[in-house]
Amino acid sequence: MQESPDAAKHTMKPYLIGFGLAVLLTVIPFELVATKALSRTSTMIVIAILALAQGAVHLHYFLHLDLKSASRERLVVLMFAAAVVLLMAGGTLWIMADLNYRMGM
Amino acid sequence: MNDRRTGGPAAEITAEYAKQDAERALGFWIYLMSDAVIFALLFGTYAVMVTRTVGEPSGHALFHLTHTFIETILLLLSSVTFGFATAAVTAGRRNEVLAWLLATFILGTGFIGMELSEFHGMVAQGAGPDRSGFLSSFFTLVGTHGLHVSMGLIWIAILWVQVLVRGLTPFAASRLYRLGLFWHFLDIVWIGIFSVVYLPGLR
Repeated sequence: MQESPDAAKHTMKPYLIGFGLAVLLTVIPFELVATKALSRTSTMIVIAILALAQGAVHLHYFLHLDLKSASRERLVVLMFAAAVVLLMAGGTLWIMADLNYRMGM
Repeated sequence: MNDRRTGGPAAEITAEYAKQDAERALGFWIYLMSDAVIFALLFGTYAVMVTRTVGEPSGHALFHLTHTFIETILLLLSSVTFGFATAAVTAGRRNEVLAWLLATFILGTGFIGMELSEFHGMVAQGAGPDRSGFLSSFFTLVGTHGLHVSMGLIWIAILWVQVLVRGLTPFAASRLYRLGLFWHFLDIVWIGIFSVVYLPGLR
């Protein structure tokens, strides 16, 4: 039973690191929108990059997804879902943007 | 159920259960990824519809930065408290598990409460889902996420009672693990929502 406190502390640590990083990656884009410090285009680019970064932080520290063999299957499924999303959501945006252009909207 | 927790046969059942557990986790992960595809398509729909306001208010007039920020922090905190519950499961501490699950439930309820008050405020000022393509896609995307969180809250409540009554059985631990995957996944979807819907709408 003596190992329990250490075990708990050990497993709590990634959540605390993840929380710290997530707060940072949340506060920056909200501040940028609140202060209008950058142009709209630059703000959008920063928001997109920080959102992807925070997604990666959550996957790593909260869902414990890494490149180790234990989560390899999950990574493959994730990549497959990402490919489906790229085709379906990306294709939707492409087609609709093209339609907008052709209809002069 | 009682004989599974005590005595010799329990260890055997536990070992067998652990083997199936990995398969269950992978199956649940596949469900989560298919759910991610649904959300991605709702995001795609929103991105197409966001300019279709047909004279009705746009996001700039309807969203509030502070409101969304507090929602974001509530959900993030709930993800962390669920992580602490998971750590407590590993350490075998039933009361800590119950305490962190309760904290997660309260934070999640706070998030849903804020979302409902936002939706109610929008409908009250005549910006319901029936007013424009933008508002239809907004309510569909954000509402689908809210519905998932609400289901998660019901799931937390059920497992809380299960752990309270039956203790930290291998079955409860296994279910808590998958619930954790679900809960953390919903927080990742929320990153997409504030980054695609609220922040661009307000800038």
